[in-house]
Amino acid sequence: MNRHLISSADLTRADAVRILDTADELARISDRPIKKLPTLRGRTVVNLFYEDSTRTRISFEAAAKRLSADVINFSAKGSSVAKGESLKDTALTLEAMGADAVVIRHSASGAPHRLAEWVRGSVLNAGDGSHEHPTQALLDAFTIRRRFGRDSGSAAAAESGGGLDGLRVTIVGDILHSRVARSNVWLLHTLGADVTLVAPPTLLPLAVGTWPCSVSYDLDAALPKSDVVMMLRVQRERMSAAYFPSVREYSRRYGLDAARVAQLPERAIVMHPGPMNRGVEIAAGVADSPRSTVVEQVANGVSVRMAVLYLLLGGAEERA
Amino acid sequence: MNGQGSATGAPGSAWVIRGAQPLGGPATDIVIADGCIAAMGPHAAADAGPGAQVLEAAGLIALPGLVDLHAHLREPGREDAETVETGSSAAALGGFTAVHAMANTDPVADTAGVVEQIWRLGWQAGHCDVQPVGAVTLGLAGQQLAELGAMADSQARVRVFSDDGRCVADPVLMRRALEYVKAFDGIIAQHAQEPRLTQGAQMHEGEVSGRLGLTGWPAVAEEAIIARDCLLAAHVGSALHICHVSSAGSVEIIRWAKSKGWRVTAEVTPHHLMLTDELVVGYDPVYKVNPPLRTRDDVAALRAALADGTIDCVATDHAPHPVEAKESEWDEAAFGMTGLETALRVTHAAMVETGLLDWPALADRMSARPAAIGRMVGHGHPLTAGSPANLVLYDPSVREVVDPASHASRSANSPFAGMVLPGRVVSTFLRGRPTVLDGKLA
Repeated sequence: MNRHLISSADLTRADAVRILDTADELARISDRPIKKLPTLRGRTVVNLFYEDSTRTRISFEAAAKRLSADVINFSAKGSSVAKGESLKDTALTLEAMGADAVVIRHSASGAPHRLAEWVRGSVLNAGDGSHEHPTQALLDAFTIRRRFGRDSGSAAAAESGGGLDGLRVTIVGDILHSRVARSNVWLLHTLGADVTLVAPPTLLPLAVGTWPCSVSYDLDAALPKSDVVMMLRVQRERMSAAYFPSVREYSRRYGLDAARVAQLPERAIVMHPGPMNRGVEIAAGVADSPRSTVVEQVANGVSVRMAVLYLLLGGAEERA
Repeated sequence: MNGQGSATGAPGSAWVIRGAQPLGGPATDIVIADGCIAAMGPHAAADAGPGAQVLEAAGLIALPGLVDLHAHLREPGREDAETVETGSSAAALGGFTAVHAMANTDPVADTAGVVEQIWRLGWQAGHCDVQPVGAVTLGLAGQQLAELGAMADSQARVRVFSDDGRCVADPVLMRRALEYVKAFDGIIAQHAQEPRLTQGAQMHEGEVSGRLGLTGWPAVAEEAIIARDCLLAAHVGSALHICHVSSAGSVEIIRWAKSKGWRVTAEVTPHHLMLTDELVVGYDPVYKVNPPLRTRDDVAALRAALADGTIDCVATDHAPHPVEAKESEWDEAAFGMTGLETALRVTHAAMVETGLLDWPALADRMSARPAAIGRMVGHGHPLTAGSPANLVLYDPSVREVVDPASHASRSANSPFAGMVLPGRVVSTFLRGRPTVLDGKLA
């Protein structure tokens, strides 16, 4: 594995399976009354968040703490960043404090690439602009594995090699601006799944035809052929930029309601990275149905992030 | 012949350049006196006066002094990035004897006072002729015409007008500007970028931008403005120049406009002749430029267009920025690349080494054509007796790594840093006076 986790495109299939298998083991520990492991004692993990994202930050914080790491939360608001400090100067500050890993969330695509040039510790991308969100994709893959009985130790895992071969995953919504979509396309493809993107043409990248997936404008045609439907959050401000005429029209054409869920195969699951716009891309009844994995995804996020921290930092020697 | 004062190298001194190869042709001597080429020929050195300084130039190609239609010298206002002194030094070291200074300074070069200040700073620095470009609209705001006539009549003799950095997007304003400058043989140099199609744009819209999650800058935003402005220029019978053409589609439109006999000219930058959007994958803002680096197919089309004359000339779009403007996230970083000190070498690599241009044609694209488009009467002359002695001696045989730290530009944002490029500018002469000798400022 690389020293950093910046793009899920950097992960080989072996890397990805190892992370997911490790997460399976760590998840079993989470079921114990005492959840803490001593693995990262004395190591420092910095959460450097330039965007508000309480759920992702808390997830990384919980993961690091369960591995006994020291956690420093560095929020851009009310800090030196708000006074105009550059990313580089912040990076050098964290470096001087001896950060072993920096978890960065930033509104600019590529910010983790830049950070990795300025710090010696590992950089974990917790979402950069419209680029990637690799731990979200890993927790999604982890959730799919579990729901389809392909997690480590399962009978199917031996056959599938821990991958998602043959599973059909349909990702629906604002692909153009979605880091979750990008990370999932690369990772799920690497793990052997067949990915289909569904969106209005305005919300697909111009050259999406070069991606390792299928593309459709028609949700109803895609649903009967989907084992997994992943709904992405659509932001209302996209409407003012003419990506679609109205929220209601978007919802009619690309929202997942009970009637559309009825078109899904029996075992199919419904995913959402959150936060959801109930009534827009997903109906409340669908979000709360047994097919929905929304709450599991949150729980699985901690296990997957523990696995990533463990694998990136656990094997590394103490730095001089 | 004037041999007096030659030992000091003062203006008006005489020089004999021995054994240089004009436009890559047979070796010959070039005798310079009183700011002009006095004689040329295999034995012309004999004609020089006894006090003439001798420069051995065996193996060096002699080219007419290069002319840049498009550079950002940043003064007044951003002297931390560049000054007229450092920028014109960089120009001379790159083989230029004249450079156009773009108008997007602070204050903007939109009055006779500012353009005269820039012109005077250039004259005082003395490294090359600095020809200010005047803004088309007041403050580059795209609302109201600047006093184009006052700038034309000023000591700076402005003929090229541009809001470069911004597009004159309003079609009525563009039409009026094109019409108005006919009164003094002016030309409007358009930065072709449809603003609504490029809101928040970060890089070429294509396969790479989709993968990297960076907002796309579609080629059609350039092409739509070029098409519109060619039609406007034809309609009012005026002269239009297109800055930094970057796409294959733009080339097609310009080719079509020229076939109609319309007065349309165009430039391409060295970086658009060499680099592609694939370089953005590491998010290093040294590759962030406007218009953006595009695809391999665009590079091929631009090279072919420069070779067949559809694109008239090379212009650097030299855009220096201080370190902190590039040492940041991609979105935050400034657009632009330095180029004066690498332009000839890059064009050599992209056009001559590939067999697309020979040295006479390169001289046309980097000296004669830009001088004609910029109405620079003292520049772009052929290397013949009687011409002003503006010339550059270039060693095509060496290959060296580009090191911005060694550049005279105050900024180091060169996308060619670390690349091995052919050639070295050995000497530059401005009206008979060396501005560069042995690769150093004279």
